[in-house]
Amino acid sequence: MHLRQLSVVDFRSYPSAELPLKPGVTTLIGLNGQGKTNLIEAAGYLATLGSHRVASDTPLVRAGTQQAVIRGVVVRDGHETLIELEINTGRANGRNRARLNRSPAARPRDVLGTLRTVLFAPEDLGLVKGDPSERRRFLDELLVTRQPRWAGVRSDYDKVLKQRNALLKSAAPVLRRGVRRPHRSSTPLSTEPMDKGVDKSVDPNDGTVNALHTLDVWNSQLAMVGAQLLYARLRLMRDLGPYLSEAYDEVSAATSDARISYKSSLREEMAAAIAAGAVPEMQALHDEILASLEAVRVNEIDRGISLVGPHRDDVVLSLGQLPAKGYASHGESWSFALGLRLAAYQLLRHDLGDDPILILDDVFAELDSGRRDRLAALVADCEQVLITAAFPGDVPSVLSDSGTTYRVTLGEVVRAD
Amino acid sequence: MYEGVVQDLIDELGRLPGVGPKSAQRIAFHLLQADSLDVTRLVSALVEVKEKVRFCIVCGNVAEAEQCRICSDPRRDLTYICVVEEPKDVVAVERTREFRGRYHVLGGAISPIEGVGPDDLRIKELLTRLADGAVTEVIVATDPNLEGEATATYLARLLRPLDLKVTRLASGLPVGGDLEYADEVTLGRAFEGRRVLDV
Ligand SMILES: Nc1ncnc2c1ncn2[C@@H]1O[C@H](COP(=O)(O)OP(=O)(O)O)[C@@H](O)[C@H]1O
Ligand SMILES: [Mg+2]
Ligand SMILES: [Zn+2]
Repeated sequence: MHLRQLSVVDFRSYPSAELPLKPGVTTLIGLNGQGKTNLIEAAGYLATLGSHRVASDTPLVRAGTQQAVIRGVVVRDGHETLIELEINTGRANGRNRARLNRSPAARPRDVLGTLRTVLFAPEDLGLVKGDPSERRRFLDELLVTRQPRWAGVRSDYDKVLKQRNALLKSAAPVLRRGVRRPHRSSTPLSTEPMDKGVDKSVDPNDGTVNALHTLDVWNSQLAMVGAQLLYARLRLMRDLGPYLSEAYDEVSAATSDARISYKSSLREEMAAAIAAGAVPEMQALHDEILASLEAVRVNEIDRGISLVGPHRDDVVLSLGQLPAKGYASHGESWSFALGLRLAAYQLLRHDLGDDPILILDDVFAELDSGRRDRLAALVADCEQVLITAAFPGDVPSVLSDSGTTYRVTLGEVVRAD
Repeated sequence: MYEGVVQDLIDELGRLPGVGPKSAQRIAFHLLQADSLDVTRLVSALVEVKEKVRFCIVCGNVAEAEQCRICSDPRRDLTYICVVEEPKDVVAVERTREFRGRYHVLGGAISPIEGVGPDDLRIKELLTRLADGAVTEVIVATDPNLEGEATATYLARLLRPLDLKVTRLASGLPVGGDLEYADEVTLGRAFEGRRVLDV
């Protein structure tokens, strides 16, 4: 697929801008702070409904205004689809809205899958060096790009988690009394439904029993939605792994045994199997989450947060025997981050039989000349590539020569050739 | 911002559920321009509803007497109880004409974020109604979203020791939704295909 047109109104630094696009390479050249990333951020937002730079929508709307609009015309197999997104931050305009070919979508989420992008930016070094949350976000975003329906599961999981944490906090005093009761010492390894330990003779006047029952109910919800999310992530990891090793080697021109493995918050035995690459059945994951929750219950009630589930997991990146985090050199870290994005690209390309749009934001300047040239060779056959750079010399000429170049100066976008 | 009373009206309207600031403004100006008889009728409807309508002592539905129309209707089947979150859900289920039993309105769903726990719902009242053993099936028709599901699971576990069937409306209802917005056909089908809740 490719974008034929990208336009924005009151998005970031732009009162308005239009960018006609073609298949092949488009390069945006401009000094720092001129608005290059703002444009490709808009393209990424059309695909993912989120920014690669910030978690909230507020900074995306031009200062002093309350509504940004992004429009894009997506061409796939000769068919054109117009996506229009309204990002609203002012209270008066209500929520964000989306339209597809001018008809309103019931929810913005319904546009997911219309445009697919893979975006690589300097921030991606955080995939290697940053917190587990960055790697989880990488997986979940790829999951949604691959199959949009996971966006629903993802958001359900967040909701369950919020509810469960709210309960752990608000009911902590009552729950604490409850877990000290003798029947709570029942074997923590049981995989039975976890209300096993709770008094069966329910007295709705007993606050403790009530709170424990309510917690059990949210355990069930967490296990049900969490198992789906975990299962999806594990299958994604399995499919992504081979592409990653290959992409890493291509970028670094070496045979390096770069690998990813999933680090789960479940109990040891299951976590070990998963780390070794096993993809258990969804039901098994469900039961295991319940049992793992049971095992940490006392601790959770003490701390008032949920300690088991996909939100506590991580992806371990390793090179040979060593973890990348803390060991990899700067260049190796770049190769890994780039390898992950290129692997995502290849996975989507093979899965969907269609190229997503590759976006490379300011990355050539970060790479040594070897990695730069190999990256250029790798992306040359992509249907559409959007590149930003401060100086024309940063972009390998094999790429810039064949495509279109725009100059971006203080929010003005002008064709340069 | 508008002058005194107009802004007061907009603010009051804006506090109603589902009415954003823009709609509040539109309604306010509609009322300003409306015939004063129309407005009087609206006002008396508002006053009357507060004076006359109360909640059914049996099921918690809105009622104009001690018991609602459904609870006082002798033709209703006493062996079924359909548990819903709000009175508006009773209306939605009634529209399907699929259900001839009686209702129990919980007054919400379990939602720790909003500080709503089982104690805040009419669950004790439900247990009291079930005590004499006349009811043989409880159909849990809470909303098909996370809070509704959680409430259904809670009830299923709570009722398990009792000698009755606990069922949940069949899926097919739009997930993440409000029972109220399900169309009659879908909701009707969900009733026919209800499943026993496993716990
Ligand atoms: N919401 C906003 N309103 C107005 N200006 C913004 C907003 N967000 C970012 N900017 C401006 O956009 C510029 C950064 O643009 P960016 O695209 O990141 O630059 P670069 O060309 O280096 O990629 C900064 O000058 C910043 O002040
Ligand atoms: Mg930039
Ligand atoms: Zn009644």
